Amino acid sequence: MTTLDPAEVFRQEASELFDALEGALLDLGLRPDDRELVDTAFRALHTIKGSGAMFGFDDVANFTHEFETAFDRVRKGEIRPNQDLISVALAAKDYIRTLIEAPETTDSIIGDAILDDLHRLVEPDRSAKLEASRIEEKAPAAEARTGWQLHIEFDSEILRNGSNPLDLLDDLGKLGACFVVALTEEVPFLDEMDPERCFLKWDVTLHSDCDRATIDDVFIFVQDEMKLDCTPIMAAALTPPLAPLGEPVADPLSPDAAISPDATTSDASTAAPQIEKKREETRRADDKANATVRVQAERLDELMDRVGELVIAQARLSQLASATDDIAIKAIAEEIERLAASLRDTTMGARMVPIGSLFGRFRRLVHDLSRDLGKPVEFVTSGEDTELDKTMIERLADPLVHLIRNAIDHGIEDQASRAAAGKTEVGRIEIEAVHAGAQVLVAVRDNGAGLNTARIRAKAEEQGLIAPGAAMSDQEIHQLLFHPGFSTAQTVSALSGRGVGMDVVKRTIEAMRGSIDIATMPGKGTTVTLRLPLTLAIIEGLLIRVGEGRYIIPLSAVEECAELTSADERVRGRDFLNMRGDLVPFLRLRGLFGVAGEPDRFQKVIIASAGETRVGLVVDQIIGSHQSVIKSLSKLHSQVTMFSGATILGDGSAALILDVAQLMAIGQGRADNQPVSEAA
Amino acid sequence: MMDQIVKEHGPETRDAGLMQVVMLGIGDEVFALNTELVREIIDPVPATPVAGAPAFLPCVVNVRGNVIPLADLRVRFGMPKTKDAADTRIVVLEIEIDGDPVLVGVVADRVYEVTEISQADVQPTPRVGMHWNPEFIRFITKWRNEFIIVPNMERILS
Repeated sequence: MTTLDPAEVFRQEASELFDALEGALLDLGLRPDDRELVDTAFRALHTIKGSGAMFGFDDVANFTHEFETAFDRVRKGEIRPNQDLISVALAAKDYIRTLIEAPETTDSIIGDAILDDLHRLVEPDRSAKLEASRIEEKAPAAEARTGWQLHIEFDSEILRNGSNPLDLLDDLGKLGACFVVALTEEVPFLDEMDPERCFLKWDVTLHSDCDRATIDDVFIFVQDEMKLDCTPIMAAALTPPLAPLGEPVADPLSPDAAISPDATTSDASTAAPQIEKKREETRRADDKANATVRVQAERLDELMDRVGELVIAQARLSQLASATDDIAIKAIAEEIERLAASLRDTTMGARMVPIGSLFGRFRRLVHDLSRDLGKPVEFVTSGEDTELDKTMIERLADPLVHLIRNAIDHGIEDQASRAAAGKTEVGRIEIEAVHAGAQVLVAVRDNGAGLNTARIRAKAEEQGLIAPGAAMSDQEIHQLLFHPGFSTAQTVSALSGRGVGMDVVKRTIEAMRGSIDIATMPGKGTTVTLRLPLTLAIIEGLLIRVGEGRYIIPLSAVEECAELTSADERVRGRDFLNMRGDLVPFLRLRGLFGVAGEPDRFQKVIIASAGETRVGLVVDQIIGSHQSVIKSLSKLHSQVTMFSGATILGDGSAALILDVAQLMAIGQGRADNQPVSEAA
Repeated sequence: MMDQIVKEHGPETRDAGLMQVVMLGIGDEVFALNTELVREIIDPVPATPVAGAPAFLPCVVNVRGNVIPLADLRVRFGMPKTKDAADTRIVVLEIEIDGDPVLVGVVADRVYEVTEISQADVQPTPRVGMHWNPEFIRFITKWRNEFIIVPNMERILS
């Protein structure tokens, strides 16, 4: 059992709050009149302040309090959030984060400066205030509010945790006159009843001119164990509602809290449905979040290791079972094979994390870059639910950041150029994640100027990377961008242009057994696509035999298999296959691996692809598919390039996994790879 | 000279001048490996040749689910290759390369015994006249009237 360090728990929870806060602030920039967002931001700040104080992070509590006070005008609707305000708020959030995670790297001067900026922006300005209140009319106006309609639900365990809902209701009562209705639908029959659990919910009509924050304060210590919905009530609708509640505030979970037809006529509901929809969305999101369990990453890794060993042991069992005549053993071996496969799938699924978790931080990046470079850019994402192995998600972050930076810095033109070219004023960066077969494709798309193929070529020739006049396809020229030190940027900015990033991006992606493609249209934009395997730990492989040795080719790289006939062509000293009209070069693995002796009569060729290129791999025999737990090769074998790892076969021996991309590169280098004797 | 050897050859020769070693026969020679390096000794298992690997690390083997390289010291010491016999064993070592622990298997034609050697028996390593690279040898000592080699595994395998 690990003991929890309370400060660490606070840091983890604060981290989640920061993400919520940043998201709310960025959204607020797009929808300044959305009160829900302001409230979300405030709840986050409030929790950070309260928890910070509790765990001894006094600086955090103090700064957040100051910030809250200054930001309060926004909350009251007196000031309308604008871009400057959002920027300062984001800076404040960063500062608080630094205070929690690395306090020694910052100074209170920064905090003071932020507060000064904030005060300047929210100082009462007569005209701004009047304008603000006029705009605020369509949202539930603070002035006209005479009370609140509350719906309160506590976690069933709240009594065990020592809280008494009745005390909390009494506190509410201190704020103003309350009409309380207890909702008893959830209370079970006596024989099923557990008196230590709370089955009651409450609807409260509170007559008070207090603000939302005051109500939140009543529940501050049980915030995480409850759901609280507040709707402001307009003067007209202040009569206590009939039960069951007809107000659109009704909880979708409570059984037929019917939306009674009377309610729709009340004034509050005109503004409420929109709020209600958003509340439902956040509620649904909350429900989903509550259905998760936080697990330490090491435990998942351990689990994965055990499952890996189980797969290996089960493969050996299957092999033994196939050699025996005992039906009972065969049956059990089959059963275990089925269970092992299912367990493997479930465990790999547990390690999957939606890529959307990365997208959040990119929003901030685009916002800041767009502001710093003076280029308005809109950021669109799709496929947030696409799941990737957790170990890959983190490794993807830096490459994607780099690609986004490049796109904004070099891809998207400045406003003047865009206008001159007749393009939309606002540039657009799109990230799309989608499953395609055994891979995940992540595309970064911009509608900028596209790649200048001629300039890349010129730069490459200048740097001596290619011979002038060498015949190269556009694809090959674009791949030059990944060469270390290569950059066509006219100016080196703080962000990019040094030519350091793209080769690191490529290496990082290839280390994940992925590949990277570029597609571009001059004047229209560029799309960089990352192709990644679904998981790093276990792959479906094709087991083959070359000479006496057995090897695995990752099935995701295999396009098709064919027999090598004597009709293969020999062009320019290299072997080529004619695959339905396309010429595909092939490598004889016997030659490459130095296998002596006569090759088998009917050689097989496996057409494999890595990125956009295809190659045929000639082997003696294709044995079948094999689920391979990947074992990395030792550090002592680090200079071995043809194999990306190894796996254990059913008979306990090790088989090497071919690195298709490397094999192709090696094959290109070799002028000819004749076997000891020619195939028939 | 004893102090020099202690300084040069590290902590295992530090206390009381005794080192616990496993005696291995490889080719015609007898090697002594510090028992601290030895993880286990197993019977020969099928080895998988690795194309493109250095000649003294020609294969990999499966030991308890780990795929580890198999080192052939005979190649390193210029000895003729011999076939596996009844006494052949694989000695699994854990050594440090660039600060990381690395598992490697060493083929031994015979495993003699675990014993202690004393610093008192250490002989100076001749710098000339040997057909091995002196870098590969920590020091030479006497045991049962035979000369035995205490190899420098890190140098041999890098």
